[in-house]
Amino acid sequence: MPHSDLPPHMRPERSFQGLILALQRYWADQGCVILQPYDMEVGAGTFHPATTLRALGPKHWNAAYVQPSRRPKDGRYGENPNRLQHYYQFQVILKPSPPDLQDLYLKSLAAIGIDTALHDVRFVEDDWESPTLGAWGLGWECWCDGMEVSQFTYFQQVAGFECAPVAGELTYGLERLAMYVQGVENVYDLNFNGRDGAERVTYGDVFLQAEQEYSRHNFEHSDSDMLFKQFGMAEEACRKYLEAGWADGKKTRHLMALPAYDQCIKASHVFNLLDARGVISVTERQSYILRVRELAKACGGAWLATAAGGAG
Amino acid sequence: MPDLLFELFSEEIPARMQGRAADDLKKLVTDKLVDAGLVYEGATAFATPRRLALAVQGIPARQPDLREEKKGPRVGAPEKAIEGFLKSAGLTDIAQATVQKDPKKGDFYVALVEKAGRPAIDVLAEILPLVVRTFPWPKSMRWGSGRLTWVRPLHSIVATFGPETEDPDIVPFAVDGIAAGDTTRGHRFLSPGDFRVKHYDDYVQKLLDAKVVLDPARRRDIVLHEARQLAFAQGYELVEDQGLLDEVAGLVEWPVVLMGSFDPAFLKIPGEVIRSTIRANQKCFVVRDPKTGTLAPKFVLVSNTEASDGGKAIVAGNERVIRARLSDAKFFYETDLSTRLEDRLKKFDQIVFHEKLGTQAERIARIERLAVELAPLVGADVEKVRRAATLCKADLLTEVVGEFPELQGLMGKYYALAQGEDAAVAAACEEHYKPQGPADRVPTDPVSVALALADKLDILVGFWAIDEKPTGSKDPYALRRAALGVIRVILDNKLQINLSSIIQAHQRSLNEKLQGAEAGFDADLLAFFADRLKVQLREQGARHDLVDAVLALAAQDDLVLVVRRVEALAKFLDTEDGKNLLAGVKRATNILRIEEKRDGTRYSGAVEAGLFQDAEERQLAQAIEAAQHEAEAAVAREDFAAAMAAIATLRPHVDAFFEKVTVNADDKAVRANRLRLLDGIRAATLAVADFSRIEG
Repeated sequence: MPHSDLPPHMRPERSFQGLILALQRYWADQGCVILQPYDMEVGAGTFHPATTLRALGPKHWNAAYVQPSRRPKDGRYGENPNRLQHYYQFQVILKPSPPDLQDLYLKSLAAIGIDTALHDVRFVEDDWESPTLGAWGLGWECWCDGMEVSQFTYFQQVAGFECAPVAGELTYGLERLAMYVQGVENVYDLNFNGRDGAERVTYGDVFLQAEQEYSRHNFEHSDSDMLFKQFGMAEEACRKYLEAGWADGKKTRHLMALPAYDQCIKASHVFNLLDARGVISVTERQSYILRVRELAKACGGAWLATAAGGAG
Repeated sequence: MPDLLFELFSEEIPARMQGRAADDLKKLVTDKLVDAGLVYEGATAFATPRRLALAVQGIPARQPDLREEKKGPRVGAPEKAIEGFLKSAGLTDIAQATVQKDPKKGDFYVALVEKAGRPAIDVLAEILPLVVRTFPWPKSMRWGSGRLTWVRPLHSIVATFGPETEDPDIVPFAVDGIAAGDTTRGHRFLSPGDFRVKHYDDYVQKLLDAKVVLDPARRRDIVLHEARQLAFAQGYELVEDQGLLDEVAGLVEWPVVLMGSFDPAFLKIPGEVIRSTIRANQKCFVVRDPKTGTLAPKFVLVSNTEASDGGKAIVAGNERVIRARLSDAKFFYETDLSTRLEDRLKKFDQIVFHEKLGTQAERIARIERLAVELAPLVGADVEKVRRAATLCKADLLTEVVGEFPELQGLMGKYYALAQGEDAAVAAACEEHYKPQGPADRVPTDPVSVALALADKLDILVGFWAIDEKPTGSKDPYALRRAALGVIRVILDNKLQINLSSIIQAHQRSLNEKLQGAEAGFDADLLAFFADRLKVQLREQGARHDLVDAVLALAAQDDLVLVVRRVEALAKFLDTEDGKNLLAGVKRATNILRIEEKRDGTRYSGAVEAGLFQDAEERQLAQAIEAAQHEAEAAVAREDFAAAMAAIATLRPHVDAFFEKVTVNADDKAVRANRLRLLDGIRAATLAVADFSRIEG
């Protein structure tokens, strides 16, 4: 639907929610399943099982969703105009990656009001790697007039397993994109609902208090003792569920890959909280990342022994 | 003769890989052509963000026919051997082979194998897909459901072959479902349609019409020229940057150069920080005021499109991003200024420099001790050196250096000046890293010199102590560069220091920490220095054999003296006396070598005057004694020209000796005495150099 047909408050260049809805609508038109955010704390949209796990195995899969993402270390008490410890990513995964994925992506930019007759859109090398997920891929940062607006990746490996077919992943940083199309310098000034005057709700109205509170929590007050315990518990639970999930001694079918993977997500987020709190030393840091990666790999292996992972 | 046009059209190829890929494409295809007997006239390869292209001119239409004589088994060889020969030579009956006579080894079969040359296009249809499948990308990937790997998804292939005057043929092949054809595409946004191409000239022109400049050198020229023009028009001057230029030319098919501005208030940040921010994050150039040399509040960006508004929106967008980035940089810089450098040092206790060599704090303490020890030797103020050593690494913990590691040292200098440190101390914070490469400046201020030597020697001694020396092409800690840095600092500043004792002392203090570290590696490290010195002197035009001849002498760890000795030696060998003396010494050495080998003994020691029979013997002996004495005295004064002159006095006596005296006399005692005299010549010349290492 052309933007001019939309009521002003729904236009992607006027409202944050309008931007999200425009992207959802666009990718729905391309045949994607429009999912809702995963109901756990994750560091990036990639952690959603709809990406991490569904990227594995032979089955075709096209999905798009918004994922609230938490990066405890990036909190700035609401004082930095660009950095947030909680922000939104819009995630698209297409498996196998279609031959016209770049064109589809460029059309999605047009759908949110970025006209390539006026703007300079570029694909600049960026190799993606997630040490905690044991995943890597090649692709680009997508630049619009010098600003990175998306990540574009062809997954080569996830959870230590080769991706075949290859999934194409697009990640839009929604706040940054919205700031661009709305012409706003400070994230908290974004118009969230597209209304004017007294009806206008800004990003700051919705999230400023949360940024302040979570920054205090993440840097000063989070309970490290409890978090260390939680990390251990999540790790243990993940292993327990993985072990219990095998259908039989032959380990060809797994019945609990998803619940086990939840514990891997949990461990990852707890690690991020501990890291933000500054209680993990440089040397320990690497070993925690490795521990999460081991969980992710085991979960990937279990997933491949389930129906959606292509087993049987 | 026909030409080949080959294009591989893909999604965006990383800029840094394009140049190498074009070279590889050319080499792979042309090597295979030559291997197939197809000698071509010329080849050129190009890369843009979306395509690799190769044009090969003048390929013969057919391979030459091959006639080859194939040697077979002996006549009467076992059936199996004959069968194998027939098969390999493509014969059906042994009667088709000829018999070659060989009276020594016996007659054998020879087959004349004739292989008709194939059409070049058929050969290309084998070569080109192989090149695609085996292309050496630094990193490649799969996509979709395919198995082919390429740097990014490969979309289409152009491969046309034919004489310039005719419509070319398409080389018939396909790779993973992508069939070669004659269709390509233009600029992604400005001319997205596809079109057919014939030959190279036609291809280049059609691409240009479709807003693609194929040749990266041309794109670089356009960017550079337009960027200079834009800057000049505003009264500024472009800060040129070859690395950035290369990268930018690899990010665009149709360069459009634009200029933007930023708030002059940001110019309070050091210029290098602004430049790094704008360069690293935005890949834009900065401009400066040609009169003052300081940065102007402008930047030059290179876009890949001709926008319908003339680029207004693009400039505005880039300005926004640069504003945000500079705000961050300013924030980092100001945050850094609020903490004194010495207050950061505690953190180094927690930072591991190297697992075996301890923390950064320990390394800094070692550098300090060594720098203080070196200070009097290089004429530096000890307290300033101590202060500089304490502070020199502190900037590694600042926000700006965290963001832009290439600004290490420089930021240390700025922060040191800002907190009121002595100018020499501040300068040393930057200069102790120098020289970084062959083009980099060598520090000359004594404080910087002491610290630069200490920093590099500590690394070298440390990694030698834990036996992690550079091997082959592997030098992860840049130890070769460190050693070369030490050499350049010493030579440029004419510092006469005994490297050996400094290394030994530092080794001892390091060994206290490293339990069970390898001991006694100083000779090996000195040899490493000697090797680096040889490389360095050779690059400056010195003869490597002369360097060897000097380094072969004992205890050569004063690099300044080594160089002066090499220079004196080179001068001497350029003279008539020098050349003749060298010949004489060589002759003496050769005779000695032969006779000593024959007799299984070593002729050395004092000659006996009583055994001399000829006047020439006596005169030579006297001359040797005098020359050796004089040369050694001159060397002790470090007057190498005089030492050479002393040795030169030997020449007429050596010549006369060889002319008149027979070394291998019948009388054994006389002969031995003469051989000892020859050894005397060799020994005397050792006062200045080991002549046996000199070539010619």
